[in-house]
Amino acid sequence: MTAPAPAIELVGISKAFGPVQANKDISIRVMPGTIHGIIGENGAGKSTLMSILYGFYKADAGEVFINGQKTEIPDSQAAIAAGIGMVFQHFKLVENFTVLENVILGVEDGFLLRPSLTKARKELKQLSEEYELHVDPDAVIEEIGVGMQQRVEILKALYRQADILILDEPTGVLTPAEADQLFRILGRLREEGKTIILITHKLREIMEITDTVSVMRRGEMTATVKTAETDPAQLAELMVGRKVLLQVDKVPAKPGDVILDVQNLNVTDAQGVHRVKNVSFNIRAGEILGIAGVAGNGQSELLEVLGGYEKGTGTITVNGQPIDLTGKYSDGQSRRKRGIAHVPEDRQREGLVMNFSAWENTAFGYHSDPRYQKNVLFMDHAAIKADTAEKMERFDVRPPNPLLAAKNFSGGNQQKIVVAREIERNPDVLLIGQPTRGVDIGAIEFIHKQIVALRDQGKAILLVSVELDEIMSLSDRIAVMFDGRIMGERLPQDTNVQELGLLMAGVQGDAA
Amino acid sequence: MQKMPNWADVVLVPVLSLVLAAIISAIVILAIGHNPIDALGIMVKGALGNSANVSYTLYYATNFIFTGLAVAVAYHARMFNIGGEGQAYIGGLGAALACLYIPWPHWTLALIGGGVAAAVFGAAWAAIPAYLQAKRGSHIVITTIMFNYMAYPLLNFLLNGPIKAGGMEPATPSFAEAMHLPNLSAILGAVGISFSDRGPANFALIIALLACVFVWALIWKTKLGYETRAFGESESAAKYAGIKPTKIIMIAMLISGGLAGMMAINNVMGEAERLVLNAVEGAGFIGIAVALMGRNHPVGILIAAILFGILYQGGAELSAELRIPREMVTVIQALVILFTGALDNMVRMPIEKLFVAFGRKGAN
Repeated sequence: MTAPAPAIELVGISKAFGPVQANKDISIRVMPGTIHGIIGENGAGKSTLMSILYGFYKADAGEVFINGQKTEIPDSQAAIAAGIGMVFQHFKLVENFTVLENVILGVEDGFLLRPSLTKARKELKQLSEEYELHVDPDAVIEEIGVGMQQRVEILKALYRQADILILDEPTGVLTPAEADQLFRILGRLREEGKTIILITHKLREIMEITDTVSVMRRGEMTATVKTAETDPAQLAELMVGRKVLLQVDKVPAKPGDVILDVQNLNVTDAQGVHRVKNVSFNIRAGEILGIAGVAGNGQSELLEVLGGYEKGTGTITVNGQPIDLTGKYSDGQSRRKRGIAHVPEDRQREGLVMNFSAWENTAFGYHSDPRYQKNVLFMDHAAIKADTAEKMERFDVRPPNPLLAAKNFSGGNQQKIVVAREIERNPDVLLIGQPTRGVDIGAIEFIHKQIVALRDQGKAILLVSVELDEIMSLSDRIAVMFDGRIMGERLPQDTNVQELGLLMAGVQGDAA
Repeated sequence: MQKMPNWADVVLVPVLSLVLAAIISAIVILAIGHNPIDALGIMVKGALGNSANVSYTLYYATNFIFTGLAVAVAYHARMFNIGGEGQAYIGGLGAALACLYIPWPHWTLALIGGGVAAAVFGAAWAAIPAYLQAKRGSHIVITTIMFNYMAYPLLNFLLNGPIKAGGMEPATPSFAEAMHLPNLSAILGAVGISFSDRGPANFALIIALLACVFVWALIWKTKLGYETRAFGESESAAKYAGIKPTKIIMIAMLISGGLAGMMAINNVMGEAERLVLNAVEGAGFIGIAVALMGRNHPVGILIAAILFGILYQGGAELSAELRIPREMVTVIQALVILFTGALDNMVRMPIEKLFVAFGRKGAN
């Protein structure tokens, strides 16, 4: 018998959005019963490619073969019919439906629901056992954890008889333990002969689980290699197009006096949800405190209170002087005057005004600075532009054009504009949330260096990140947040991903 | 990524919208048995034919500049102020009260006193919806519309009672002679240009032009304008930067209401020289179309206001000359508003696509 036909074969796929060539002449073959990774930076065209395969976009050119058959996929119905299932980064589940109801949604057999439900329940049980998915069919979606919600998405695909499963950045919202469990399930699916495409930007995941890996850069497929025959350094180089330093170079911290002190901080949001519960910590001069945690466990609110645009109760002091948490001076500009700079978690919603030019964004939050005023009436645009040009050069922002709107820069360059604005103010305290989210590897390296350099100048830095690798490599101390509380503090050299992962999941470890 | 060049955005799109409106209008005029080419001739001649006609055109344009600027200032803070009409009514009340009850010795003083009163009254009428939006989240569109409905009956009551002049008409007495603003004829005459004095254009035109400069400087040159635009572009980012939403909403709406109120300098103080019931004549609503067409920039608003002035004055002549009902002229005006304002995207999208398509070819 000849070799089996590839489960998926893409030949010469191209797709342009206006002047942007998102996919350029892409060809891959994925053999059945394998896990194939697609890795690339944000904007490299991974999601576009998968959207074409799933029928969301129509390719400008190229052909798709499923199990050796040329297949047209004009919409997602056709993709499902061809045996393709997709697990999106943001789940598509009805929150107040049960697992069972979600699974049959859209594939009910007839007018009456009960026969479908009965049939689905039986099949679901079988599927759950076969692939060790462990899902309660009667649980309501909003009451189960993200890990289980993701398994429901996988079940949905399997129930629709998917033989090919595409997962888009599946571990973004998972704790390390949940991610391990997901990978075990994927392994099991592979054993059963399913074909899996895993889209990710995390090198570690590629190395851990895939059989083959394709690297994308700027819409092109730069290489497809066997995972066993490559290593992270080579993959990173293929992604970025040059050699990159994966480790952060830093000397041990020399902590000085306490700069930022937070005692018994509580935050309740507008919906009345208690987001931050009795949080206390301090940061010394020349020290980076990393806050690890799965997104949505109170880290964002912590940053917002410290940054001055959310109210809270408790005591926060900077250099021994208390700051206003609820009154007239609890706003971003007052905080900046007190020497607290803030790189927010979401640069597009908060850190930048996307339709403002780079120079307008460079003044953002510091627009009352006397250096930026011509006289009592008018701002000094020329001075801001000159300042921006200088910052852009120092932070290697490309293109170095202060007049260009923020939305026209890449994610990495947008982040550099924000980081430059905040760091160049020489603050006493830097709050920095998700510093490298959606930032290309080259810029990550640069931003990490800037953070460490600021620490070495004796500043106190609060780093919030959902990327454990980032927390581990940058922090001098690590605090883990779960459900609004700090579960524990660890030193990076005395802990490991497993222990932090347990804390992130709310399991109180033994005090180390 | 630039979608289309700037000139296409500011010039090509509005011009094409106008052409479309003209084509539909031509069909309407044909349908009622007149020659559209002749009609166009009458309109242009009626609006620009002699200096008296020009005076009327500029008079209408002055109204539209004030209300257009009012909409634009609010728009930069992402507030859709539909209440220009009501604010202009109440501004008229302010101007009238100042001119009736304070014996200004000279028109310059009356201009300042009446102008300030008009602005303050207009701003006050906008302040309540603004406060409700900032503190209670009541939608500004709904509240300003409701305030329009309250302004008219309020004036109706006052003009039929407390401040009514003798006679049948619901109107105040005329202001004293000394307070009458110079008309365009007198102003241009002072610099040696002869201009008909049979028209209503007056010193308010100059105030309107100054208001354009003021708004331009405010929005693009001052810190307040910067904060306003930042808030308008992204409320979440503005909060992060320490810009206080309540402050921006209040100030932007007060300035907006003030500008709408200042229209009274033109129609109440400059033209009627008393307050009549239907003083605003829909100029508050036209201001929305003017701001939309002028892309919320004072220069664009100036041009759009003059265009609408031509449309108004020319339309009036058209209905008189051809004996077509006044309502048909309103239909034509409505078509222009429809195409330049409401259906803006209908023209914009295809042009944008064209530019992108050609842009790509050019790049390859």
